[in-house]
Amino acid sequence: MLGVVFLAAVWLIKPIGVSTQFVILDGIVWNLFSKDLITKNDAPQDYSSSNVYLNKSGGKYASNVKNPLNYGFLFVLSMFLGGYISGRFSKKKIIGNDRFYPKVWSSRFGSSALKRNFYVFFAGFAVLFGARLAGGCTSGHMMSGMMQTSLSGYLFAAGAFATAIPVAILMFNSKKQ
Amino acid sequence: MDIILAIILGLSFGIALDKAQASNPQKIIGMLRLKDFHLMKVILFAIGFSSLLLFVFLSFNVIDAGHLNVKSSFIGVIIGGGILGIGFAISGYCPGTGVVAAGRGRKDALVFILGGLIGAFVYMLIFGFIKDSALFNTIAGGAFSLAETNPEKYLSLAGNLPALVIAGPIAIVFMLIPFLLPDKKAV
Repeated sequence: MLGVVFLAAVWLIKPIGVSTQFVILDGIVWNLFSKDLITKNDAPQDYSSSNVYLNKSGGKYASNVKNPLNYGFLFVLSMFLGGYISGRFSKKKIIGNDRFYPKVWSSRFGSSALKRNFYVFFAGFAVLFGARLAGGCTSGHMMSGMMQTSLSGYLFAAGAFATAIPVAILMFNSKKQ
Repeated sequence: MDIILAIILGLSFGIALDKAQASNPQKIIGMLRLKDFHLMKVILFAIGFSSLLLFVFLSFNVIDAGHLNVKSSFIGVIIGGGILGIGFAISGYCPGTGVVAAGRGRKDALVFILGGLIGAFVYMLIFGFIKDSALFNTIAGGAFSLAETNPEKYLSLAGNLPALVIAGPIAIVFMLIPFLLPDKKAV
């Protein structure tokens, strides 16, 4: 129950979205290789994009891609740092095989890091693709959303757990047990 | 000022998620298999607790309702949630906890983020083709909440009742469930 106070403090100030920032990072990288992805103009946010997705909501994402030092992007970078700091000051270090897969994985699928990475890559793909289609992820929909009693939060949670629970049970309940 | 706030809150959120063990895929998968309810309790309590505080502060005007962001409800929310759930179960990560886990030194979380970046990128590319499809048909008028949050911007179920009357009991239910669930089920 240690995290509760922190969690409350965070959401009281500004609802947050992690999965959006994956799009922003994609946009930043894409913009490095493309001259006409983002253009400055007179739109409400000053930027627009040749990509329809970056261009939606009056170019809000396009503008964030151009100015990565914005609230949402820094928030997520700081979460990464937060994980690092928490690890530094924790007695429970993540060492050995735990760095590559959790025990529940290796007891069912063996200890090939490559196999785990292969699955995790597609899992990451599905998670972020799904989150973008839903317009938010666990933090934005489930936590910030349900906290505001938003219908979208309950719908999202229903959709996510409707697949996550059966998949987890089918995948990880080995026959031996 | 926003930037400093982002860094402080991001750090606290990252540390809090890690301390709650939400960045541990073992714990997430244990929860989804309905074997280990520790994390589910923490999350439910956190949602209830922060929700209660939010609506108490809102009713005393301590928080500006302009800060709230009720997202739109549409078909894609359910389907997207379903797609996310599959990846969530396989990996034991969601976008936020994956980032924290990578910072914590988990190598598979880095691969998760890479997969996520590609997934989000593919979505960016196809969005133009699906944006007019039925996936984006709204439910209940779009941005809809049970308790009234910001009547100028969002719809709600019970606009004539004080928001706290609706949100308060919901929050208390969220906070009570953790005390009714068992901690761990024998494997």
